[in-house]
Amino acid sequence: MLSNTDILHLAALANLDLTSAEIEKLKGDLSIVIEHFADLKNLNTDNLMPTSQTTGLINVTRQDEVNPDSILPVSSATSGTDTHNDYFVVSALLDKDAI
Amino acid sequence: MDIPLTIDELHKGFKNKTHSISGVIEQYLSRIEAFDKNLNAFVTVTHDYARERAKKLETILADNPNAFEEFPLLGVTMAVKDMYLTRGVRTTAGSKVLESFIPEYSSTAFERLEAAGAILVGKANCDAWAHGSSGENSDFGATHNPWNLDYVPGGSSSGSAVAVSSGMSMFSMGTDTGGSIRLPASFCNVVGLKPTYGAVSRYGVIAMASSLDSMGHFTRSVKDSEKIFKVTRGTDGHDGTLRNADYAHKNVKKIGLPREYFSDGLSEEVREKTMAAVDVYKKAGYEIVDVSIPSTKYAISIYYIVMPAEVSSNLGRYDGIRYGNKRDSFGAEAKRRIMLGTHVLSSGYYDAYYNKAMKARTLLRNDFDKVFTEVDALIAPASPTLPFKLGEKMDNPLEMYLADIFTVSANLVGIPGISIPAGFSDSGLPIGFQLFAPRFMESSLFELGNSYQSMTDFHLKTPSL
Repeated sequence: MLSNTDILHLAALANLDLTSAEIEKLKGDLSIVIEHFADLKNLNTDNLMPTSQTTGLINVTRQDEVNPDSILPVSSATSGTDTHNDYFVVSALLDKDAI
Repeated sequence: MDIPLTIDELHKGFKNKTHSISGVIEQYLSRIEAFDKNLNAFVTVTHDYARERAKKLETILADNPNAFEEFPLLGVTMAVKDMYLTRGVRTTAGSKVLESFIPEYSSTAFERLEAAGAILVGKANCDAWAHGSSGENSDFGATHNPWNLDYVPGGSSSGSAVAVSSGMSMFSMGTDTGGSIRLPASFCNVVGLKPTYGAVSRYGVIAMASSLDSMGHFTRSVKDSEKIFKVTRGTDGHDGTLRNADYAHKNVKKIGLPREYFSDGLSEEVREKTMAAVDVYKKAGYEIVDVSIPSTKYAISIYYIVMPAEVSSNLGRYDGIRYGNKRDSFGAEAKRRIMLGTHVLSSGYYDAYYNKAMKARTLLRNDFDKVFTEVDALIAPASPTLPFKLGEKMDNPLEMYLADIFTVSANLVGIPGISIPAGFSDSGLPIGFQLFAPRFMESSLFELGNSYQSMTDFHLKTPSL
């Protein structure tokens, strides 16, 4: 059974702000689901390689050429919620008082 | 229904001038107007766009003597799941996070379909981010089953299945990550194709779980399914997981009946209809062989570890900075899957859950590869149960997840699957069966599907609305 601390830790990793009702609900839901799908524990997978894709393609690359159709940063900011001089605004990463 | 049911029938009408492209578009738009208030299959209806395209295509039809060869989907209406980017047309993924997002470019599949002459009538409702088996997780309201409005249409491509089933579009695009095309197809009495992973481009389709996502479609007939697939498949220089296969046809001789799909949990009515389909194949001269895929019992566990892991990673990009709303706009199911995925990937749990599941996925893949050395195709039920009532499973996420039990394996091993209408329950609800084939052997599914539909007429039955 996951604890409140577990849920808050996961929420921090996932960048989600949860209400106390959501924490309570997720604690129960996640625990039940994880427990149900725990049957893999008893399966012997010692000699198996993990499968991450199924088509068998190897090292797919393309020519390193400029694509004129690529979208400019200015136009991709048009659906943004907060723009400045045609660019999108992000939160400050550095605190100037701390420098 | 007052509209043609197949592409051939529609094109015959254009050739004989009993139908015009604009006239057909008006028919579909008025059906949407009349029925969608009860069904809620569309998030956005593209009236003006469709009318304008119809006019343009009418000129082609009048001026180009090879119009039907050059535009194999000329004047055919399409609904597109709201996961596919459509340039200039709002694309929401069924989520409030993207409620006002207007894409700058279109998905490859949509571009190819448009270039083949298909006309977009609207963006189809779906479980938000394609997370769901019932269509109830959409932030724009649940979609209803046209065969009985109190029942779910299946998900996550709920609106796409309903649009075709109720005659609001001739075909539709969906996405299938764990059954999201095949399950709603079986609940709504339409044909749903999940192509081989790597057959149809994922470029410009909002990602759910990138190693599982397959771009497929809904039609009434298998013949039309094949026509759409010929347009959408093939490399595009954008999706690096695509492969150009030769799709050479090899006649199907043996069909396997995997015993793990006929276990105790299977609804009696679903079993009966699936076995009736088996009888149709026997009658058609196919050899039916009992086979076993032992690791099937682990498939759903593998899926509910691998899928949320990939979901949590893909949804990490939605921060509301460049586009869309902030992360507090995610609904309950998206949050649940992000949290589950974060857990199985987190330090201390990665090996026990994620890595273990990825290794077990290899075991499943090996089992399927082995069975396909014995048989050319597999037949199985599409869903363990009949369509269920709206609200019935909403408070029990685990029970909802188990609805995918017969569909997830095809995504984990990357093979194609098709769900085909197989009749109705005593209560009048649709039942579908599924066929699987080896990777890039869609032609086997089409052969078997066409054979079945030439001997049955379930797919031509339509709901009274």
